[in-house]
Amino acid sequence: MTLTPDDWEVIRLSLKVAIVGVMLTLPIAFALAYILARGRFPGRILLDAIVHLPLVLPPVVTGWMLLILFGRSGPIGGWLDRVFGVTLMFRWTGAALAAAVMALPLMVRAMRLSIEAVDRRLEGAARSLGAGRWRAFRTITLPLSLPGVWAGLVLGFARSLGEFGATISFVSNIPGQTRTLPIAIYTALQVPGGESVVLRLALVSVVLSLGALVASEWLVRRQSGRAHVL
Amino acid sequence: MSFEVDVARRLGDAEIAVSFASEAGVIALFGPSGSGKSSILNMIAGLLTPDRGRIAVGGEILFDAKVNLPPEARHAGYVFQDGRLFPHLKVRANLLYGAAGGDATITLKEVVDLLGLGALLGRWPRTLSGGEAQRVAIGRALLSNPRFLLLDEPLASLDRARADEIMTMIERVRDALKLPILYVSHNRAEVDRLAGQVVAIHR
Repeated sequence: MTLTPDDWEVIRLSLKVAIVGVMLTLPIAFALAYILARGRFPGRILLDAIVHLPLVLPPVVTGWMLLILFGRSGPIGGWLDRVFGVTLMFRWTGAALAAAVMALPLMVRAMRLSIEAVDRRLEGAARSLGAGRWRAFRTITLPLSLPGVWAGLVLGFARSLGEFGATISFVSNIPGQTRTLPIAIYTALQVPGGESVVLRLALVSVVLSLGALVASEWLVRRQSGRAHVL
Repeated sequence: MSFEVDVARRLGDAEIAVSFASEAGVIALFGPSGSGKSSILNMIAGLLTPDRGRIAVGGEILFDAKVNLPPEARHAGYVFQDGRLFPHLKVRANLLYGAAGGDATITLKEVVDLLGLGALLGRWPRTLSGGEAQRVAIGRALLSNPRFLLLDEPLASLDRARADEIMTMIERVRDALKLPILYVSHNRAEVDRLAGQVVAIHR
């Protein structure tokens, strides 16, 4: 079995969309995880609910909401278009945004658990040794919560690779721009005689997903060997 | 005067209120478990904010109605009951975490010699025994260039022989560095041996 140039295009696009989507989400997810783990403020429960919304909403609804907000005449999309000349509609960048939004709740959950598991008394010890808030965060909280950051990255990457509903309703199905692996498989299923394409791309999906799982297992093991949490 | 403390803080149903002043040397806070001794140390270290009162050490005001220095500006050498070593740093990095640059009053080598830490420098905290971890915790506090020491039941988790060894270290530190020391314990014998002055805390 050999992959055709079209298959490679789909794979390259899927990886690009997933990697950019996850990298875009990483700092936002960590900040949200930190706020939700440590913050005590009114509206925390509401923020928590909003973050989790893409996990429980039908993906098609999430995609439609992205369309409303980020479409060319939407409040955010219109602004991006006017100020930066950037449009997300029917572009791979829009697919990356959809992947990012869908990956966000999973990434926040993994990171939040890990931040909550950090013993706050260790931060107190760091402060009493002369470290300011920022240094205590950078040298104690952040390294001790890294296993959750890795787990969140892998979960988010896997979720992004599999993203279908929000992507297809937000940025449609355009070869080379928004036709990622699941959408390409779906498209091939609609075409008579597309079974061989489906088989190849399905196998690629299995290999990529397995690879992500093995990589995460390896990272977590390496991490826990070095930085055992008590 | 070394420690001047007069603070109150409500924690749940309990009201912690304490007032004492000490001369140089070791002062002990003595009282049963749960009487709020650790909370008093946390207030002095800046990790817990009193509802009201005043804290000064060696004449410097750490907390009063207008002042509330953050923990990193108080220069407390705080040795916690459970050691509280950083699990992701080896012993050497733990010791040096709070170490100041050039103006240090005590060097790593001196601390290592004083507390017998030479063989432990390359080890992870989780591989240390209770006594070893406690010695590292004391060394880490000393190397942060403290103006005073807060020792919270440093012998609580140790067997008799180890406790005796650490006690000797503390006496050595007391006599060599002349830092004001606040020592918390529920053990009368420890307190009598170390401290020149005892404050009893009641529940």
